Amino acid sequence: MDDARAKHSGWSWWYLLFLLQMILVLWVPYYNRAEPNWIGIPFFYWYQMAWVIISAILTAIVYRATSR
Amino acid sequence: MQEVNWVALIVFVLLFALITWLGFAAAHWRKGDLDQLHEWGLGGRRFGTFVTWFLVGGDVYTAYTFVAVPALAFGAGAAAFFAVPYTIIVYPILFLVFPRLWNVCHKHGYITAGDFVRGRFGNRWLALAVSITGIVATMPYIALQLVGIQVVVGALGISGSGLAADLPLLIAFVVLAAFTYSSGLRAPASIAIVKDILIYITAFTAIIAIPIELGGFGKIFAAVPAQKLLLAVPGANTTGAYGSYATLAFGSALALFLYPHSLTGILSANSSGAVRRNAAMLPGYSFMLGLLALFGFFAIAAGVGNLPEYAAGFKQFGNNFAVPALLLHSFPSWFVGVAFAAIGIGALVPAAIMSIAAANLYTRNIHREFINSHPTDRQESQIAKWVSLIVKFGALVFIIFVPTQYAIQLQLLGGIWIIQTLPSVMLGVYSRWFNDWALLLGWAAGIFAGTAMAIAVNLKPAYPLMLGGHTFPGYIAVYTVILNLIVSVVLTPVFNALRASKLPVDQTVAADYLA
Repeated sequence: MDDARAKHSGWSWWYLLFLLQMILVLWVPYYNRAEPNWIGIPFFYWYQMAWVIISAILTAIVYRATSR
Repeated sequence: MQEVNWVALIVFVLLFALITWLGFAAAHWRKGDLDQLHEWGLGGRRFGTFVTWFLVGGDVYTAYTFVAVPALAFGAGAAAFFAVPYTIIVYPILFLVFPRLWNVCHKHGYITAGDFVRGRFGNRWLALAVSITGIVATMPYIALQLVGIQVVVGALGISGSGLAADLPLLIAFVVLAAFTYSSGLRAPASIAIVKDILIYITAFTAIIAIPIELGGFGKIFAAVPAQKLLLAVPGANTTGAYGSYATLAFGSALALFLYPHSLTGILSANSSGAVRRNAAMLPGYSFMLGLLALFGFFAIAAGVGNLPEYAAGFKQFGNNFAVPALLLHSFPSWFVGVAFAAIGIGALVPAAIMSIAAANLYTRNIHREFINSHPTDRQESQIAKWVSLIVKFGALVFIIFVPTQYAIQLQLLGGIWIIQTLPSVMLGVYSRWFNDWALLLGWAAGIFAGTAMAIAVNLKPAYPLMLGGHTFPGYIAVYTVILNLIVSVVLTPVFNALRASKLPVDQTVAADYLA
């Protein structure tokens, strides 16, 4: 592959955080349920909305960790 | 249709006048020589982290999205929420791939995905395929933005027959065309800031005020029919609704930043660091999109679908009328004017960027490559300005004379087509391993199979794939891009063996991809 990958490896272990969030938001059977609800909002909805915020934080962490 | 809502209309028109002025004034913002294509078509690559946030946010979260996603929630329920995981996983992709693409495009003066593919793989036909796919996928998308304007104009109570009915749309489009022509990408960038502030005000006011009015979230969700509240649990031997939901989210995320208008937004950033920072900041819009999806349920709970005063609107615009009806039902007229202006202006931003992106593609990858290979800077930007007008005019004619349903179906096909450029563009950013002709045949296989599958299911996004007695309903774009990849991988060694002596030159080197 690219020389760059050997010299300046494009890979960072921090990227596993991305994989984690992809699995958790695409694993539909886990969150397709109403309970536990939060202030009347079924789990299905608040779980995914919460992940919007968590994913932004994880991306910020990866950004910090991989910026030289 | 109901009476004209004068207060809302006046607020709407005033806000529209403000952004019209802003669109023309934008020509002088971070001033550059608009006779150069990268100044007109990429804003001179001068936008910092915050302007990029507004620009890309206004660009990919379009007015149509803000009308259609709640409309889908209103009609189909939980399935509409795929937009949330979609706009979550799109950002790791943005973070990993697009800063590299920004770097190499900046280094070589590339303005389009076609430019990059031409430089990387040295094959003008592959670049042509990528560019035409981009233009064709974008056209119906521009037309759909007009649906957003049509719905809010209709909801303001303006109706008529023949030319009079389309007059507001015509005015909006003349304004849009004129400031795009004169200011280029600077116009949507400046307008996006105003529009997004209006959208955020609308969304956060509504998410607090309407649930209070309706007696809390518990009551709202109780009003949603049980079969709409959650996805249907799949039966035996099928992945059912779960498979469609996850693949729609995944495939849409893969496709989003391959669209020419998304790439134009990214390339106008002033550094690859700004792109990376935006991957962490853009979820702000995803959160708002999730809130807006819930508006579909608010509309169910408020019962606007059964109120006689909105019957004509629902008849004309279908479920797309759910959000305008909800806003009319819940808020005083002046605030309705603000909210509708947010949606109407929200249509102009992506429509402007899409027409600029299509114009850049035509100018660079068709005109310069095949018609006039040595244009002056001035000629090049002049061609792009004219093409941006033609593209918009085409979209306008389309939406006035062709039923909206066709624009929606073409936009669906556009998503299946644009993802076929993934191997050349997104994988091309990481690797030159693929053979250019193998990529072209992979692209063709994906386009052909995707179109055939979509037609086989009457232009729905999901296809029930049968494998070993199991059914896997899934987004056609995902299945066909896998086919595309298999063809590209299998044919690469074959084509390399056929003409091993004469591989085209890669203009880029590994260091070009790093900051």
